[in-house]
Amino acid sequence: MRLVVDLNKCQGYAQCAFLAPDVFAMHGEESLIYNPRADEEQRERLARAVAACPVQAITADGLDGAADPADGAADGASREASDGR
Amino acid sequence: MAADYLEWLRREGRIVIVGASLAGLRAAETLRAEGFAGELTLIGDEPYEPYDRPPLSKSVLLGMASPHHTELPHRWEIDAKWRLGVAASGLDLTAKRVRLADGDEVEYDRLLIATGVRARPWPKEDEARLDGVCLLRTREDAADLYRRLKAGPRRVFVIGAGFAGSEVASACREMGIPVTVAERAGAPLVGALGGVVGAVAADLATENGVDLRTHVTVTSLEGDPVGRVRAVHLSDESVVEADVVVVSLGSLRNTDWLAGSGLGAGPRGIACDAGCRAFDFRGIVTDDVFVAGDVARSPHALFGYQFLSLEHWGNAVAQAETAAHNMICHGADRRPHLWMPAFWSSMFGVNIKSVGVPPMGEQLMITQGSLAERRFVGVYGYQGRIVAAVTFDNTRWLEFYQRQIEQGAPFPVEHPTVDRRPEGRQPVPADFPDPSLPTHGPMVTLSGYSPAEQQLVFHPARH
Ligand SMILES: Cc1cc2nc3c(=O)[nH]c(=O)nc-3n(C[C@H](O)[C@H](O)[C@H](O)COP(=O)(O)OP(=O)(O)OC[C@H]3O[C@@H](n4cnc5c(N)ncnc54)[C@H](O)[C@@H]3O)c2cc1C
Ligand code: SF4
Repeated sequence: MRLVVDLNKCQGYAQCAFLAPDVFAMHGEESLIYNPRADEEQRERLARAVAACPVQAITADGLDGAADPADGAADGASREASDGR
Repeated sequence: MAADYLEWLRREGRIVIVGASLAGLRAAETLRAEGFAGELTLIGDEPYEPYDRPPLSKSVLLGMASPHHTELPHRWEIDAKWRLGVAASGLDLTAKRVRLADGDEVEYDRLLIATGVRARPWPKEDEARLDGVCLLRTREDAADLYRRLKAGPRRVFVIGAGFAGSEVASACREMGIPVTVAERAGAPLVGALGGVVGAVAADLATENGVDLRTHVTVTSLEGDPVGRVRAVHLSDESVVEADVVVVSLGSLRNTDWLAGSGLGAGPRGIACDAGCRAFDFRGIVTDDVFVAGDVARSPHALFGYQFLSLEHWGNAVAQAETAAHNMICHGADRRPHLWMPAFWSSMFGVNIKSVGVPPMGEQLMITQGSLAERRFVGVYGYQGRIVAAVTFDNTRWLEFYQRQIEQGAPFPVEHPTVDRRPEGRQPVPADFPDPSLPTHGPMVTLSGYSPAEQQLVFHPARH
């Protein structure tokens, strides 16, 4: 799957790095680096990261079917959890 | 009549996009998303699907991504005819035809030009050809550079301490490779952010083990008998041995293919109006040729209607969307491209972001944090107004300052700062170099008021 992060929008909240650590990583305190090509086994984690990003900075393709509304709700919960760290 | 034409264009017209990268792809997607059902052709000289460049100097060099796999995700099915691996070599405005390097011709009803920029090569050709002399713009460049870095060079030499050069130096240090950076100005990033912030970038580099040489230029590259680069000669007569040299001297606009076409295209880019329509060389706006991305120069209402050239990822996306929308809309439904310039970079683990046009600033005020801690917000002022802001590891403040710029908020900044440090109390000169002596490509260029390309002398409007 391909992805791109709009790093102008990204606020470095690190939810994505928390939910999909093999795709996203923090580099220093606020810089996000990521792999624009995620492996198939990352599908679910990537979908969660996309849904959890508080500023919708992540665009991915090939996620069809992975992000149904029920997933979205679960992601909302994990977002709060990671915000509360 | 006009309405009929547009209806026809949207239904069965032919739109051609030259330049199949970020701006080209985003424009194609927008055209389809907004209902363009005609024939869409994308022409690109690189033999690949559109890929993203910012990771090439960041996650790729850090070993987190493959240089061959930064292809951009598609946001919309674009059902286009792709002509990849072939360059456009000419444009006939009257016949509405793009000529291709393989001799073919492609006719259009409306054309979008998004040919971007290329890396400025080392000017001495025989030296530029030495093995180990690298550029960084394309995925091949990144693959080649990464391979050389992995091979464990004794020293890397970076010519030019703009954002790209500094990001490369940062990656080298991360890999434990000795690196020297030479910069003509007094510090890194000076062209983009001025001398005060540049000094912070200089400290950051030296503390991370970069051998930073400022106020020097490279005079020549020396090769060994088998044609590999071996040393770099500097204007202060020092010689630095290095087996990889990264030339990071800014960029050149890809407008050569438009020579003689009659468009207002030249070394500064292609001038367009706020609706992304290209000007011809007389300064008269065309109605079927549009421009977007790094190759465009467009007037900005927030900055005195000066033409701005922005080598910014976000600008390519926003301008492509506006251009595509306007290509298939009536005059009244068209939108101006009023994107607030915004940029990010990251080096030595520090996140650097800016909004607005820092090089327009005469003065700088630190409103949050401190330069010494390398965690701060700097606000740039010009004639009593806030025109830009920069943050080092302080992203969350940027949006606030973006609103301030949009509202033309007064400078010096009046609101009380959240944390007061001595250096924040008063504005200091932002310390940009004399703009008539450009350093290595500030990523925003103010290029005056003339839409025509006749006057090549750089006249900054702030004097
Ligand atoms: C290493 C690197 C790091 C970067 N980092 C950042 C960053 O951190 N933040 C940021 O905001 N921006 C960054 N940028 C800039 C950003 O990538 C550009 O602003 C963006 O790519 C512009 O997109 P574009 O489509 O306008 O032009 P380009 O990406 O330059 O694409 C133009 C395309 O047109 C093709 N072309 C040229 N001439 C012809 C022709 N005659 N016929 C056919 N095709 C042609 C080119 O080969 C190219 O594929 C970086 C750029 C690089 C190279
Ligand atoms: S979750 Fe979104 S804002 Fe946070 S680091 Fe990831 S991309 Fe950036």
